[in-house]
Amino acid sequence: MAHTPDPVARDIEHYLESHERKDLLRFITCGSVDDGKSTLIGRLLYESKVLYEDQLAALEAESKKFGTQGGDLDFALLLDGLTAEREQGITIDVAYRFFSTDKRHFIVADTPGHEQYTRNMVTGASTADVAVLLIDARKGVLTQTRRHSYLVSLLGISKVALAINKLDMVGYSKDVFDAIEREYREFAKEIGLNDVVCIPLSALKGDNVTAGSVNTPWYRGPSLMGFLETVEIPNAVESGPFRLPVQWVNRPNLDFRGFSGRIVGGAVRPGDRVRVVPSGKESTVARVVAKAGDLERAVAGQSITLTLADEIDVSRGDMLVAALSPPEIADQFEATVIWMHEDEMLPGRPYLLKIGAKTVGVSIAAPKYKINVNTLEHLAAKTLQQNEIAVCNLNLDQPIAFDPYVENRDTGGFILIDRMTNDTIGAGLLHFALRRSQNIHWQAIEVNKQAHGALKGHKPCVVWFTGLSGSGKSTIANIVEKKLHALGRHTYLLDGDNVRHGLNKDLGFTEADRVENIRRVAEVARLMVDAGLIVLVSFISPFRAERRFARERVEPGEFCEIFVDTPLGVAEQRDTKGLYKKARSGNLKNFTGIDSPYEPPEHAEVRVDTVGSAPEAAAESIIAQLRRMGVLG
Amino acid sequence: MTLTHLQRLEAESIDIMREAVAETEHPVMLYSIGKDSSVMLHLAMKAFHPSKPPFPLLHVDTTWKFREMIEFRASTVQRLGLELIVHVNPEALALNINPFTHGSATHTDIWKTQGLKQALDKYGFDAAFGGARRDEEKSRAKERIFSFRSAQHRWDPKMQRPELWRLYNARKNKGESIRVFPLSNWTELDVWQYIRRESIPIVPLYFAKERPVVARDGALIMVDDERMPLEAGERPMLMNVRFRTLGCYPLTGAIESDADTLTAIIQEMLLATTSERQGRVIDRDSAGSMEKKKLEGYF
Repeated sequence: MAHTPDPVARDIEHYLESHERKDLLRFITCGSVDDGKSTLIGRLLYESKVLYEDQLAALEAESKKFGTQGGDLDFALLLDGLTAEREQGITIDVAYRFFSTDKRHFIVADTPGHEQYTRNMVTGASTADVAVLLIDARKGVLTQTRRHSYLVSLLGISKVALAINKLDMVGYSKDVFDAIEREYREFAKEIGLNDVVCIPLSALKGDNVTAGSVNTPWYRGPSLMGFLETVEIPNAVESGPFRLPVQWVNRPNLDFRGFSGRIVGGAVRPGDRVRVVPSGKESTVARVVAKAGDLERAVAGQSITLTLADEIDVSRGDMLVAALSPPEIADQFEATVIWMHEDEMLPGRPYLLKIGAKTVGVSIAAPKYKINVNTLEHLAAKTLQQNEIAVCNLNLDQPIAFDPYVENRDTGGFILIDRMTNDTIGAGLLHFALRRSQNIHWQAIEVNKQAHGALKGHKPCVVWFTGLSGSGKSTIANIVEKKLHALGRHTYLLDGDNVRHGLNKDLGFTEADRVENIRRVAEVARLMVDAGLIVLVSFISPFRAERRFARERVEPGEFCEIFVDTPLGVAEQRDTKGLYKKARSGNLKNFTGIDSPYEPPEHAEVRVDTVGSAPEAAAESIIAQLRRMGVLG
Repeated sequence: MTLTHLQRLEAESIDIMREAVAETEHPVMLYSIGKDSSVMLHLAMKAFHPSKPPFPLLHVDTTWKFREMIEFRASTVQRLGLELIVHVNPEALALNINPFTHGSATHTDIWKTQGLKQALDKYGFDAAFGGARRDEEKSRAKERIFSFRSAQHRWDPKMQRPELWRLYNARKNKGESIRVFPLSNWTELDVWQYIRRESIPIVPLYFAKERPVVARDGALIMVDDERMPLEAGERPMLMNVRFRTLGCYPLTGAIESDADTLTAIIQEMLLATTSERQGRVIDRDSAGSMEKKKLEGYF
């Protein structure tokens, strides 16, 4: 390396032994754009002697080309990885850096201070043990400082170093330092950050970065590196109850059945009594299997494979836990949700939630309140935009085992996934199970759907008509219902306009309300299918996600999607209700096809062309499809 | 009990591999024969023990690898009893693409980048493990552990999914595939220390030995076979050399060294003054060259 660590040359064996025993601290750095964060990390890398001569040479060359330090070494350039960013002089994503000193290994998550990138900071903080927050001494505690501190505390980081940087620009003034420290501590206390160390710093000049500085004789605390090398790594999880989310069932032959995963809480040894959740079955740990020989004990953080004494059912997504301190099991929660996607969160829309090795369906209720991350005020909200944080209730499609996030990050933290794009659209922290979920159990009813349907001589199902306003949905649905009625079938027609006069009269036409509109109708349709009816639903239902939700409410073979495919121009020309005219003149907002999108079905059971064929023929083709599906018996 | 640094890294890598296997249909491990691949393979043997890793190995061969690498590849696969797929780009073979006539950029693109895409498409792999580390290069430092590629195998650094805690979202859209990097958080020193601690076999080329080399453009190139054209007056010299990274022999610079044990290698590395990739001719082509290659589908 650029500067020879002497112990390496003197006694390499000894050096390697001690190096192997070191532990690992992961930390995050946060600060505003010009606080000198990249400079600080670059300086830490430089001072910990992990830069090679060719990297230094490249740095020198780039400092001359892009640098902001008048040709002097610009440490920020070491970090700004992507070409575009290098040219703009900003960091726009999470970058991970690695260095080690004689005492410890470090992984740094470098995250940007931009307003629109809250998601990156949350990402970096989710794996960090401690946080280093930068403040520009000339500017003091800013809105961004408050935001970063709040996010750090939200993600469960309790130890913070406040690096009051650019102290050289204020003449290394103790008064400036003291004033900032006072102000910050007051604020930190409010948000529960009680373990704060304030360090006067100049990342650029190197004061108090790795050693005390002659420029701050009034400061008696540790240098930043000193803090990082000695701060205790929080390992509360290791002392908690045993938790092992099962990732993979290891089955090489009929004689071996192991359960693989990473321990995320407590410890385990052969003979321990464990419970499988959510099923609740119990057994005893037989072996902790490892390639180099079985282990006597394994602890949080290790990836292991267990075998059990009894043949009980365990699959991926289950959790093996200490039998005497199991987690709670529930399907409704209060949680903090951090929205990360540019498409807004829509209450009621079906999303996926991944927690541990389990992925389940979820819908999020309208936020109880969102949090202004700058002022920590609670604000009313109907939806969530990118980088907004709110407290909401969640409704899962099956029960899961969990611990509150404050007790265990791994069994209480989750990500949200869009069902259509598969993007990670948000993250969240579970607070507690809602009492109604613990107390309301599904009532098993003996006269079931099959019994209801058998009495009527058909198979109940949903016939879902989707299409633009004026496409002819209701006309065709009407004819289909008349035909079914004539055949002696028990039907019911749910019409968009009619339902909005009653059940859904509290809903408007925003995207969020449209989602809720369809959610309710899908649930009503399901109840009617349960009652044994053939349910015709005639709704614009513009979004694929909600139609898919409706389809998933009932069993396979009980949903027949009809795409009434009328081109916008034709529907607009018909304009039977005069709505297109209103929408075009701006008197009707959020009108599908005009200023609100329509997502055509990709796999409708029947596609109806209303330009080329008459409604009567369309109805016939739908009846034919219902026969093919065995609905008409 | 606090886990040591290497224990924590090992546990994370195993976690990543198991998750990828559980969440994808047809995974494969990119096996490049180098030290990082050796570590990755060793971790896979641990992750799925007593089962064999439930995926084959894939080597995208350029026909220009060191002979000792190919021998090592054969002995490793036999020792561990694993399935190995070797893909050789037939177009590159037909055109006789080589670094001498076509230059390093074209050679690497056609043999490796195009070859890799062909192989992944041919076998329909939806996830491929790679041994890349974030400390290797700046554009790698920002890449996710589960890194998505379009149907055309392109990487879009602006469209990366956030990765929180230990929760990896492995859900793909049609045509997409995933590159999974279990060694993302390892450094070069970690890799060497782990090889030493676990006694992992590596290609002998990493150890110093007397080998025939010629000096070209400031790099020592080993004359590994008769295909290497010698320039007028150029004669191979026998020197004590070793390699810090392994690739195509005409593109891989050796360093003069007497380090013939693992401990000596680590010591030499700690005392060295140039970084690992400098031995690779491909990275020097232009600034940001790795990022450009990755956008185009290089691993």
